[in-house]
Amino acid sequence: MKTDDLVAFLSTNPEPVDRSSVVRTLCVALAVGMVVALGIAFVGLGVRSDLMTARALIFLVVKLAFAVGIVSLTLVYLTRLARPGGERKTPSFLIAMPFLIIVFLAAISLGFAPTSHWDKMIVGDQWLECLVSVPIIAIVPFAISIWAVRRAAPTNLARTGAFAGLLAGGVSAMAYALHCTDDSLPFVAVWYGGTIMLCTLAGAALGPRLLRW
Amino acid sequence: MTTHEIELKALMLASLDGDSASHRTLLERLSRRLRAYYKGKLAGIGRGASDAEDLVQEAVLAIHIKRHTYDPAEPLTPWVHAIARYKLIDFLRRTRASFAEVPIDEADRIMAYDDNVDAESTYDVKRLMERLPKNMRCSIEAVKLEGLSIAEAAARCSISESGVKVNIHRGLKALAALIARETRT
Repeated sequence: MKTDDLVAFLSTNPEPVDRSSVVRTLCVALAVGMVVALGIAFVGLGVRSDLMTARALIFLVVKLAFAVGIVSLTLVYLTRLARPGGERKTPSFLIAMPFLIIVFLAAISLGFAPTSHWDKMIVGDQWLECLVSVPIIAIVPFAISIWAVRRAAPTNLARTGAFAGLLAGGVSAMAYALHCTDDSLPFVAVWYGGTIMLCTLAGAALGPRLLRW
Repeated sequence: MTTHEIELKALMLASLDGDSASHRTLLERLSRRLRAYYKGKLAGIGRGASDAEDLVQEAVLAIHIKRHTYDPAEPLTPWVHAIARYKLIDFLRRTRASFAEVPIDEADRIMAYDDNVDAESTYDVKRLMERLPKNMRCSIEAVKLEGLSIAEAAARCSISESGVKVNIHRGLKALAALIARETRT
């Protein structure tokens, strides 16, 4: 077949194109992912019983701020990475900010605490539950964000996959925060940060296979 | 910014609005640039003109199918180049070639392949279309081959107008996938 024939074929009655569809699809995916993650956390784990106490609320806000920071930065990255060549103008280091901030705050809070409390502050009571729950809750949001990115055209599949994983991890951590009763900054830094990074690595590994077009 | 970029971007913006003539001119001009790009790259690994033409057509199809991912706030050339490069790497991976295989003494063949604007690719869209599901095939034939309007196509294929649009979009994606499989050597 000649290329001219293909060009003629494609340019017969072309549809007008919705220019905002990339951003809109990603936002829809994020919204649906959040609803699903919250649903799983509510039904599977339940909301923490002491939610209305001041200390619980403060730490819920801290955890949510960390996760929301990651999610919103990641969304901005994904709207670029999902387009051909988008990876070139997008330096990745900014995304480290929420992690650096939480590690910094965790270090300060450890600094003010006696050494004997460090174990309890870092390991907490439910580290294993956090380690397992965040990646599991992230599965469906991850699938949805991969679906959204596949409708666009990423050209750096590993990096785009990593950010899809990061988005899912952030969404999942938001949902898990409603249940989690471990209230210390070092716990959030290690276990939230760690599991979210785990999701990111999984996304980077799966991206090249899932995102090909 | 080059005049090329300005002209091509203007064509792209018009074609995003559904202007058929602009879309055609854009794809024609881009396919010429893509041909030069792919022939240069593939000559280095001793692959012929029909491989280059396969790639040109894959890239043209990708540009068409993925044109909603172009951000009008950005220049067009880097967007096209990113697609061209992505499809080249994908092709090399698929055909199990790699840049490491680049033969050094292939200059004669490169020269021999130098003028083949009329080169044909190794597949035929019309033949591949027979493998598409009925509604996709009917919609694409009506709108893309015979130039019927969406409404006429809807009546012909007895599906809704939005169904025609969806079927064209999905059908083109399915075609692109078939082509990618077909050119796996």
